[in-house]
Amino acid sequence: MKKLVLLGLVLSFLLSFVSSAKAGDSELVGAGATFPYPLYSKMFEVYHEKYGVSVNYQSIGSGGGQRQLLSRTVDFGASDGFMNNDQLAKAPAKIVHIPMVLGADVVSYNLPGRPELRFTPDVIADIFLGRITQWDDARIKANNPGVSLPSDSIVVVHRSDGSGTTHIFTDYLCKVSHQWASRVGEGVSVSWPVGLGAKGNEGVAGLIQQTPNSIGYVELIYAAKNHMSIGVIKNKSGKFIHPSISSIAAAANIPQIPEDTRVFITDSSAPGGYPLSGFTWILVYQDQNYGGRSEERAQQLVKLLWWMAHQGQQYAASLDYVQLPQKALTKTEKIIESIHYGGKRLLAEGKY
Amino acid sequence: MVDNGVSFRIFKDNLFKWSLVLVSFLATVPLFLILFYVAKNGISSFSWTFITHLPKPPGEAGGGILNGIVGTLLLIGWSSLLSIPLGITLGLYLSEFREGFFSYWVRLCIDVLQGTPSVVIGIVAYAWIVITMGGFSLFSGGVALSLIMVPMIVKATEETLKLIPSALKEASLALGVSYSKTIFKVIIPSGLSGIVTGILLGVARVAGETAPLLFTAFGNPFVNWNPLKPVSALPILIFNYASSPFPEWHQLAWGASLFLVTIVLLLNAVSRVVIRKWKVQF
Amino acid sequence: MKSEPTFKGILYLSAASTIFLLAGLFFTLLRHSLPSLKAFGFGMFYRSVWNPVSGDFGAFPFIVGTLFTAFLALAFCTPFALAISLLLGEYWRGTTWSGILQTLIEVPAGIPSVIYGFWGLFLVVPLIRSLESKLHVAPYGVGIFTASVILSIMIIPYAASLMIETIKLVPYDLKEAAYSLGATRVEVIRNVVLPYARSGVFAGILLALGRALGETMAVTMVIGNSNFIPKSIFAPANTMASIIANEFTEASDPLHLSSLIEVGVLLFFLTMVINMIGKAIIRRTVSGAYG
Repeated sequence: MKKLVLLGLVLSFLLSFVSSAKAGDSELVGAGATFPYPLYSKMFEVYHEKYGVSVNYQSIGSGGGQRQLLSRTVDFGASDGFMNNDQLAKAPAKIVHIPMVLGADVVSYNLPGRPELRFTPDVIADIFLGRITQWDDARIKANNPGVSLPSDSIVVVHRSDGSGTTHIFTDYLCKVSHQWASRVGEGVSVSWPVGLGAKGNEGVAGLIQQTPNSIGYVELIYAAKNHMSIGVIKNKSGKFIHPSISSIAAAANIPQIPEDTRVFITDSSAPGGYPLSGFTWILVYQDQNYGGRSEERAQQLVKLLWWMAHQGQQYAASLDYVQLPQKALTKTEKIIESIHYGGKRLLAEGKY
Repeated sequence: MVDNGVSFRIFKDNLFKWSLVLVSFLATVPLFLILFYVAKNGISSFSWTFITHLPKPPGEAGGGILNGIVGTLLLIGWSSLLSIPLGITLGLYLSEFREGFFSYWVRLCIDVLQGTPSVVIGIVAYAWIVITMGGFSLFSGGVALSLIMVPMIVKATEETLKLIPSALKEASLALGVSYSKTIFKVIIPSGLSGIVTGILLGVARVAGETAPLLFTAFGNPFVNWNPLKPVSALPILIFNYASSPFPEWHQLAWGASLFLVTIVLLLNAVSRVVIRKWKVQF
Repeated sequence: MKSEPTFKGILYLSAASTIFLLAGLFFTLLRHSLPSLKAFGFGMFYRSVWNPVSGDFGAFPFIVGTLFTAFLALAFCTPFALAISLLLGEYWRGTTWSGILQTLIEVPAGIPSVIYGFWGLFLVVPLIRSLESKLHVAPYGVGIFTASVILSIMIIPYAASLMIETIKLVPYDLKEAAYSLGATRVEVIRNVVLPYARSGVFAGILLALGRALGETMAVTMVIGNSNFIPKSIFAPANTMASIIANEFTEASDPLHLSSLIEVGVLLFFLTMVINMIGKAIIRRTVSGAYG
């Protein structure tokens, strides 16, 4: 009896093995940024309903997306910080960056009475450096006359995982604070001078909500969706700017996007531009013929990317992301078209 | 005649006893708190939709944990498939060859494996399977969990089989029954309850394991049966949703917790019944 | 017996495979931590920078964090475990009450650690936060103290189960001799039972320690993930297990990954040594009691 049951179990497993191996290429695996995760998971849900292709996207952080792509355990990585030349040189093959959408880091905080606070760049840098430690510090007060601030210490919350949200944030801080540039630097994970760490945008937002007198940085949608306080930040032209679709789009309107699209648009000089905006990219190998991947699978991937850059864009605005502007879209299309399978063009077979 | 010294000593004795009772029952308070919290928050999200649907994108209400349930069942299936035969054989080996150099080392290895933190097991499974096969997968998760299960099954098997008197085995052998038949028809059936208990406890343990799955099974918003593709599991789901800011996801996580706790405690209860009803006695 | 070499062959083969398995495990861990061993040598164990930007790694803060949380958890758990084991192993041996209490003590061992973490996040963290604001320390809520409290709940069953067994092993004639001299029960416990069961109690604590050191999820969720040497028991920190759980899938630099694996190796050896000592004590106690 026991043997029979065991045999049945083994057989059913083998069966599932075989049957699913056949249908194997209707699933793509991606990993990376939590920054665009709400949007991507919406896109992939729709995509699954429309075309029956399931895209398994795990929001493990941009650092994770880069690393898993490098070790070739996923079909695509996602990141909102780009890989530098050093990292790209270490990759086993050429990796391309495909801009998908724009978003923004916001400075979010948890204070009694939920006041709207204004921040200047140097104040943000000094809070995260641990040089401003009290909410009623004179420099915070100076920008926020009339707001009653508690005389409690500031609890800084940052990411504990490798993150593009962190990369955008630290890139900005490096631009506005020499102290930050020399003491901490920029990257997907940095050595934080102060604060608590939490995993993912989800974790940081959760921790800020739970911790009174805390401050941290998250992608706009995470703060907006959870009705968290969002700081207003002074940009390069001296205006205090709310993060919004229009102010992010204004920042995105840069004169020259480089061919490989690796550019940060933080500390925008556009008068209405929000200073903590950024692109978020999908990372793939340009030559899809590696590690025994089938051409069919590569085809699926390229079709998905094309769909995301076009039909997929309609879901952006409702989730507070900004569609690719025409200038960037042209680049995106060109890069998707350049993806090949051992020299064979992939996109010719039809786009959705 | 009881003088004051003695009554003071008796008082001290009673005081000690009752403080022990107090402290002991205080130690059980967290258990009730956990069960109460999980039940209170989890029960409201329980519905047919909850166990038959996939999760929704963040911030959208509704959805279920079907991917996690299927994933956990598949992971249990795979890890059982890999660990039960090896575990029983090893337990058998250790109970048959109790002394000796080789047995000493095997036992030591099993002890070390049992004490290895699950997060380290995750690293090893990642290096062995995920890197080699070029991707996160159900299979790699199964391997990681089986490394946790094997020592538990070995210990249970060895302990039970040791209790079986050698007269039983000798009688069978003396009747001319072959060695392997003696093992399969006499030894293992007599110790079956212990082995089954070990397996049940092993399953209960791996059903709740999280850390090694983060590096192996990885998670998946869809249901997946393919051993070469990533799967979700209830503990991964709980971990991801618990630390998120979305109340809808907290709700899913509480529901998933209730589901998982129920399964795990049920398995523990069944194993208790098995060991009590079919106790190995000679 | 010799008629069936294949069957015995399978037995031997499976036994040999275990040794290969463990050797493979060792080898894999060591090989993958080689790059960081080369880069930092033993500096990994006493340096306290953890900087992914400059690629400089030293795990000292996590070692401190791990030992801090584990020993604090032990301090919380020992009185409870001892009380339970005296009650079950001495006072209430074989009574209905003991059956009930025994079950209540064993059930927590079966609850998955991720659920402890989740529960801790929503119940224990706010409680500790309000405690912290009363004590006028930074009210993070998460941190070493919170992690230790949850950890101690989790390890009580492990510590208690072994203590109960060893307390049960104390010979009756010794106890009866003490009673016949007019000792009360508490005096018997203090002068006979505890001294006799001392090493078993110690082994129970060691096994619970081994468990506490390697515990990952519950700790990761409530420890605050800060890569500094903790300055107080309320400070946020990271343990060796939690830093691995947090950063393993996302370390993009090979050196970073290798450093994490080296932390894993250290954790592996630490728990192994503690478990070995504990098991050796148990073996000695048990053979002492019967022999």
